Amino acid sequence: MNAKRKDMIATVIIDLIVAIVVGILFFLLAYILIKGLPHVSWSFLTGATDSFDGTGGIGVQLFNSFYLLVLTMLISIPISLGAGIYLAEYAKDNWRTSLIRSAIEVLSSLPSVVVGLFGFLLFVVKFKIGFSVISGAIALTFFNLPLLTRNIEESLSAVPRSQREAGLSLGLSKWKTEVGIILPVALPGIVTGVVLSAGRVFGEAAALIYTAGQSAPVTNFADWNPMDAASPLNPFRPAETLAVHIWKMNTEGLASNAAALSAAASAVLIIAVLLFNLGARVLGSYLYRRVTASK
Amino acid sequence: MLKQYSFDKTAVQTFDAQTSLALKTEDLQVFYGTNHAMHDANLAFPKNQITALIGASGSGKSTYLRSLNRMNDTIATVTGKIWYHGVDINEPNVNIYEIRRHIGMVFQRPNPFAKSIRENITYALRANGVKNKTELTERIEKSLRGAALWDEVKDSLDKSALSLSGGQQQRLCIARSIAMAPDVLLLDEPCSALDPISTVKVEETLLELQKQYTIIIVTHNMQQAARISSQCAFFHLGHVMEYTPTGTMFSNPQIPVTQDYISGSFG
Repeated sequence: MNAKRKDMIATVIIDLIVAIVVGILFFLLAYILIKGLPHVSWSFLTGATDSFDGTGGIGVQLFNSFYLLVLTMLISIPISLGAGIYLAEYAKDNWRTSLIRSAIEVLSSLPSVVVGLFGFLLFVVKFKIGFSVISGAIALTFFNLPLLTRNIEESLSAVPRSQREAGLSLGLSKWKTEVGIILPVALPGIVTGVVLSAGRVFGEAAALIYTAGQSAPVTNFADWNPMDAASPLNPFRPAETLAVHIWKMNTEGLASNAAALSAAASAVLIIAVLLFNLGARVLGSYLYRRVTASK
Repeated sequence: MLKQYSFDKTAVQTFDAQTSLALKTEDLQVFYGTNHAMHDANLAFPKNQITALIGASGSGKSTYLRSLNRMNDTIATVTGKIWYHGVDINEPNVNIYEIRRHIGMVFQRPNPFAKSIRENITYALRANGVKNKTELTERIEKSLRGAALWDEVKDSLDKSALSLSGGQQQRLCIARSIAMAPDVLLLDEPCSALDPISTVKVEETLLELQKQYTIIIVTHNMQQAARISSQCAFFHLGHVMEYTPTGTMFSNPQIPVTQDYISGSFG
């Protein structure tokens, strides 16, 4: 067989593999959207759940998902930013650093259900916080930290060394160089990573079943005082998220149209995650232009 | 096969007490781990002159230059003394950030910040406490004029520095350094990534700048050293072999190794 022919066969095979991957994705997306979208309505998106008569909406769950996401990010971004900066700029190349790196890798490969059970035992039971938004947010932080830290470290390391030398040669301290010069250049990559991880967190169910709980008490959306028990912002109330809701409807849904409701909720979830991905691209390239080009 | 030259036969000039010196090193040695990269460099740099450091790749000239403003601190061990205004700035308790404001540096590849042209100049100034708007504006114009870039960018100060050509970027880096009002300017092969026209512009800039600054420049280009420098030091395998006025070095080299290097029959 000559080289040209071999090359042609290899190209065809590779194209085929790519086509399969893309095909699976589009099949899944189309299936979920076609099954679910007809059942999505405004009242479904905003209404409260009624588990029995099948008129239930996902308003509270949708809010819970976003609220949990915001809380998780508020906790995990500062921590992973610190860890990422440390690993990229300050850590010496020695056994301690490689120990930290492998610890982060192990953390990222923990099954999410194990993280959830750990959160259940520690926060829900031991610390007596109960099923709550905050327990869920901390469990999701465990799950989110390694990925974010890695992403931030890689974005920072991708900034050329010459930029650091330029800052130092002007008498700027290492920290000032880091925050004022390196971080802005790395920002688009970091933001992209944050938004993508937001998509993952948004769709997570297993880690939340035992931490944020499986019930969505009807909340009073007119009450924005986080201290009130009925307030949607109260971090100590149980909060079933959209992904958990889908899981629950499929395992113990009592309504006759549970399958349709679950399909509709899945469609909403998928659309939200797609929007996060799209948002990551748009925001990343916008920031890149803004940071590198003129203001 | 590289010719062997004795490191004992050197010709390094010293200056009398009348010459005012900007910087002077005494027995400066640099080690990268166990690799002894620089042996006993004793050089003095007269004020308001351009001194060129020449030599083949790996001769230690960049290593030496980067030691002068302590940029080698994290990667190498530097011993010996670096005298600057009567202070040994190679002491561990010296404030290196302060030192680098007095001894600026321009690198081989242009490395402007990914910010606007204006911010490239003002960022470090503001970090060092210059907040006054009019003073910042003055410093921007003065430093860009000093680096012969003002006329080309004065209408686009808010454009990204990355949109400039390589030569303009390098002159912006020079402007950024002189905006800090340093005493000494160190340049590490500043023209090696530039085309001949940009190179001429940078050289003209340096000749103009020596009225106010003491300039030490590492260059691979012997013509460049001959064109712009007053003093010239030749480095070979981590040793300073010859340090003489540039005219002497190129017309009447004192020792065989320099003779061979500048005539191109080296190695």
